[in-house]
Amino acid sequence: MTVQLTERPAGARTRASLADSRAAGAAGENAIHAICLLALILPLLLLCVLVLQAFLDGRDRLTWDFITGLPSRKAEAAGILPALLGSAYLMLLTAAIAIPIGIGAAIYLEEYTQPSRFASFIEVNISNLAGVPSIIYGLLGLEVFVRIMGMGRSLLAGACTLALMLLPMVIMASREALRSVSWSYREACYALGSDHWRMICKVILPMSLPGILTGIILSLARAIGETAPIITIGALAYVSFLPDSVNSSFTALPIQVFNWISNPKAAFHVNAAAGIIVLLTIMLLLNGLAIFLRAIYQRKAGQ
Amino acid sequence: MIQRMIIAAAFVAALAGAAGCKGGKQKQAVVRLDGSSTVFLISQAVAEDFEKQNSQWKVTIGVSGTGGGFKKFCAGETDVQNASRPIKKSEAEACAAAGIEYIELPVAFDGLAVVVNPRNTWAEHITTAELKKIWEPAAQGKVMRWSHVRPDWPDKEIHLYGPGVDSGTYDYFTEAIVHKAAASRGDFTSSEDDNVLVQGIASDEGAIGFFGLAYFEENRDKLKLLPVDDGSGKGPVAPSVETVMKSEYQPLSRPLFIYVNKASLDRPEVKAFMNFYIAHAMALSAEVGYIPLPDAAYRLTAERLNRKTTGSLFLGGKSLVGVRIQDLLANK
Repeated sequence: MTVQLTERPAGARTRASLADSRAAGAAGENAIHAICLLALILPLLLLCVLVLQAFLDGRDRLTWDFITGLPSRKAEAAGILPALLGSAYLMLLTAAIAIPIGIGAAIYLEEYTQPSRFASFIEVNISNLAGVPSIIYGLLGLEVFVRIMGMGRSLLAGACTLALMLLPMVIMASREALRSVSWSYREACYALGSDHWRMICKVILPMSLPGILTGIILSLARAIGETAPIITIGALAYVSFLPDSVNSSFTALPIQVFNWISNPKAAFHVNAAAGIIVLLTIMLLLNGLAIFLRAIYQRKAGQ
Repeated sequence: MIQRMIIAAAFVAALAGAAGCKGGKQKQAVVRLDGSSTVFLISQAVAEDFEKQNSQWKVTIGVSGTGGGFKKFCAGETDVQNASRPIKKSEAEACAAAGIEYIELPVAFDGLAVVVNPRNTWAEHITTAELKKIWEPAAQGKVMRWSHVRPDWPDKEIHLYGPGVDSGTYDYFTEAIVHKAAASRGDFTSSEDDNVLVQGIASDEGAIGFFGLAYFEENRDKLKLLPVDDGSGKGPVAPSVETVMKSEYQPLSRPLFIYVNKASLDRPEVKAFMNFYIAHAMALSAEVGYIPLPDAAYRLTAERLNRKTTGSLFLGGKSLVGVRIQDLLANK
């Protein structure tokens, strides 16, 4: 799915490299063309095989009862509703926490700091944080949110942990988007007598929104598939009720899928495949939403 | 545009806050379980039926593993602990330090199956001494071919498969075979997911591995079971419901436990759940692929629960390898 979204910059780069190779000769161009095509097809093919496999394995179990059912020891009776809603709430809360903080940090770093040793120190560390394994965030969340802040093994603790994990990605994507707004707009704003915040609010942010949104939604799509951090902070494997508050204990889709895959009975592996399809569908919808929003705001920004 | 987004974000935050307050006030009666993923399957079945009959009460189960679960149990965060091995001395001390008294209840048996690839034509059974020779720490780099184990077996590479070193299954196997818990060679393929071991052994002619009997039962067509000879003179015994229940499949039959916090038992939902658990453990453990304890053992277990007999039968260096669970319970 990420392939679709990176299509535009990748395409731009391909065109640029093709232009270079044209100068180098037709043979070189053909080779580059083939290599780039292969680079596109290979991941797509792999993805297709995985999706197809999951779909073939799981389609028989993919019924309305499966989606609205509660967990059970009988594979045919087991459903994913608590896991599905758990994941959905987790995503909403994570977004509510990560978006304001992430965009705020990006605006500060991009618009308000002067280049300094301190600023570049922060910059390097944000990039480093994006590469920290997710389990580390889980352990941090367990200690800070669950124990010290006393949130317990709740949805809120899970969302805070995931938000923390996403922040570096959200900040970096937002900064990239803010930076891409042409300098002439800023100069135009100042020329019209606008102050700094007004310029950010009315011009820079709306123009960079497509990029920011894409970054946020892509990182959310990654978060929804994360298992390690939420297992660490104490998501459960069996919950037969739906979360009714941010303090509720919860389970999530990847945990339910993992749980079914490790069951000895083959019938549960079918459930796992069906669960994977549901998870993939949600990710596809999220990514679709990203493209849709980007298209809308790009049109607006273009006007 | 931006203002609208900020307002929307504030609205979501306010909504979340309001929901949080609501949840704080009306607390639903919940029985909290955590621990072993092996025992999870039984506890899940019990919880499902319990909730059907008692809709006012809810049950939640986590799978932090036996060790991780005990940490939460001894911190008072859970009411019931699923354990695929008895409590360790260090864990008992942690519980004691936190003032948590617990009641230890065996609920079922699990047999550990020793399996090879179906294309393995040479091995028909194996002795515990040979298993020790294969798995002990000193075997690393030395016992690398089947002929090293038994001279009339072929000169082919032997590949080892076993559960992850954090699992209760690994702890039990090493204690039973190597005679020291968690001591084994390190050069084997390990996975927390036993289905991965099944796949590995099924596609590797030189493979030998072990895992819970339920995983063999579900994959009979892909694997070959090796009966185990414990050297007591009764010859090789294959694991089955009967041989495990009658304690004939030794030493690789292990009891599975739940531990309940004594203080939690004062809450009606926990008390009802525990009574329900012991009353239905026999039928439900069989249904999810484990082997029930003998009748007599469940009677003694129920008694233990009613009398709130605290403490563990296995502390003080007593091993559970090769003991009959009902004798152990009766001795108390």
